[in-house]
Amino acid sequence: MKKKNSVYMLIAIPAFILFFIFHTYPTLQGIFYSFTDWKGYGDWSFVGIKNYLNVFKDERALDAYGFTFKFAIISTILVNIFSLLVAMGLNGKIKFQKTLRAIYFLPYILSILIVGFIFNFIFTHFLPGIGESLGIEFLSKNILGDPKLAWLGIVLVAVWQSVAFNTILYLAGLVTISEDIYEAASIDGAGVWTKFWKITFPLIAPFFTINMVLAMKGFLMVFDQIVALTGGGPGKSTESISLLIYRGGFEGGEFAYQSANAVIYFIVIVVISIIQLKFLEKREVEN
Amino acid sequence: MNKKTNWPVTTLLIVGTLLILIPLYLTITIAFKTPQEMAGNLLALPKSWSFDNFTQAIEMTNFFSALGNTVFVTVFVVIFTVLTNSLVAYAIARNMHKKAYKFLFYYFVSAMFIPFPIIMLPIVKQTAAWGMDNLVGLIILYVVFNLSFNTFIYVGYIRSIPKELEEAAVIDGASTWGVFWRVIFPLLAPMNATVAIITCLGAWNDFMLPLVMLSDRDMATLPLVQYIFQSQFSTDYNLAFASYLMALAPMIIVYIFAQKWIISGVMKGSIK
Repeated sequence: MKKKNSVYMLIAIPAFILFFIFHTYPTLQGIFYSFTDWKGYGDWSFVGIKNYLNVFKDERALDAYGFTFKFAIISTILVNIFSLLVAMGLNGKIKFQKTLRAIYFLPYILSILIVGFIFNFIFTHFLPGIGESLGIEFLSKNILGDPKLAWLGIVLVAVWQSVAFNTILYLAGLVTISEDIYEAASIDGAGVWTKFWKITFPLIAPFFTINMVLAMKGFLMVFDQIVALTGGGPGKSTESISLLIYRGGFEGGEFAYQSANAVIYFIVIVVISIIQLKFLEKREVEN
Repeated sequence: MNKKTNWPVTTLLIVGTLLILIPLYLTITIAFKTPQEMAGNLLALPKSWSFDNFTQAIEMTNFFSALGNTVFVTVFVVIFTVLTNSLVAYAIARNMHKKAYKFLFYYFVSAMFIPFPIIMLPIVKQTAAWGMDNLVGLIILYVVFNLSFNTFIYVGYIRSIPKELEEAAVIDGASTWGVFWRVIFPLLAPMNATVAIITCLGAWNDFMLPLVMLSDRDMATLPLVQYIFQSQFSTDYNLAFASYLMALAPMIIVYIFAQKWIISGVMKGSIK
């Protein structure tokens, strides 16, 4: 019995040490630096919570939070609507089911960065080209060049890419629902709408919860799409929090200041995830 | 039983695929076009399918070096992740009644919520100071970071495997080590496949960690090469698209052959 324990320890202890060195220690360092004025090089001294106070007064940071929230909330809602619809369609009695599934899941395997570059071209050349030839004014200009509309382009690409993964999750939930329940409901005279709200939606509630939380968490960390589509522009209109921390920390000599921003960002993500989980799980139980 | 095909839904789904296929169609056709052809109808097929854009893009991006780097990183990350993460999860799953292992479980899993930017700045300093700002360092970091999510899904799965199976092996004289590799690891096959697929896609497509960590251009991975290329030669779209297509192609080819397996693998991971 004793020997058996030592084998488990021999596995668990190195894992713990490695994880501590490469994940927890850098996290603690990040928190530590957030209380200093370190630029990433040279001398430093403690400045207390000054960095934190400054983040709240920093218009660039507040704008980044505003943009990131707007983007994440809208994208989360859209992704969940579309992926649930696609999943229900793919789970139905359709022709070419395998081929259609394969196509709808394809974006999941593609690099977000490269997809972003491709859509960058579509927004700057392809759509305006179509818009001009059809005489549609809204399409004729590049929305990525408009500070008021550029965020829409990023939402579109983010949704295009993530619908695939969320569809897989919803489909995993839908295939567990037995066909008999729907047939029983049909005999009782339930319509499509009633069947969705009374059967489908309650039964896949746990999948809805996990999709909402994962999508929101993922979108709050948006980075690749923005680098590929707008680089944070025009101006600073599409600068996300991740991009701001990256830019300020590596290019702007704001190592300590952006560390404070990162800590705030971490707290925000955890709080939002917990609220979502509590709220959505409560709904699950009520159903 | 109502077995009739639902044609309205089928039609809607087919129309919907255009949203996915048109961007891909554009990518392929533009990669073969000449700059002169870009002036006309963008949806038209190229007049002649020439590989000039590809040969030029291969030279300019040093494509094969980037491909080699990405394959190297992805292969080792997948192998080490599956072998080590499953082992760690096993040690945790079989000792969850003990406080230390329970703590370790929640410790790994809760790290999922720490956004990368918070460790981004310190980890770059740390890896540079330790001479780890290279591909091997990248592999080590991926394998360690993967523990968070994989512990979560492996532990759930291992706990559903009856302990009697192991006890039988122990009676036959197998050590804990032997039990894991001979009994548990083969039983984990569906979960290993899921973890391998998710890990493979994650390592292959990741952009942020290579961006901040790798300073040497010779070590650039495929997404990083596209980024450098794009910022330097953004005007020549044909060349750029040839380069994008080559970077996307390996995964698309794998997907065409293994899509059934990939889809069911990811679905299995999500049911747990």
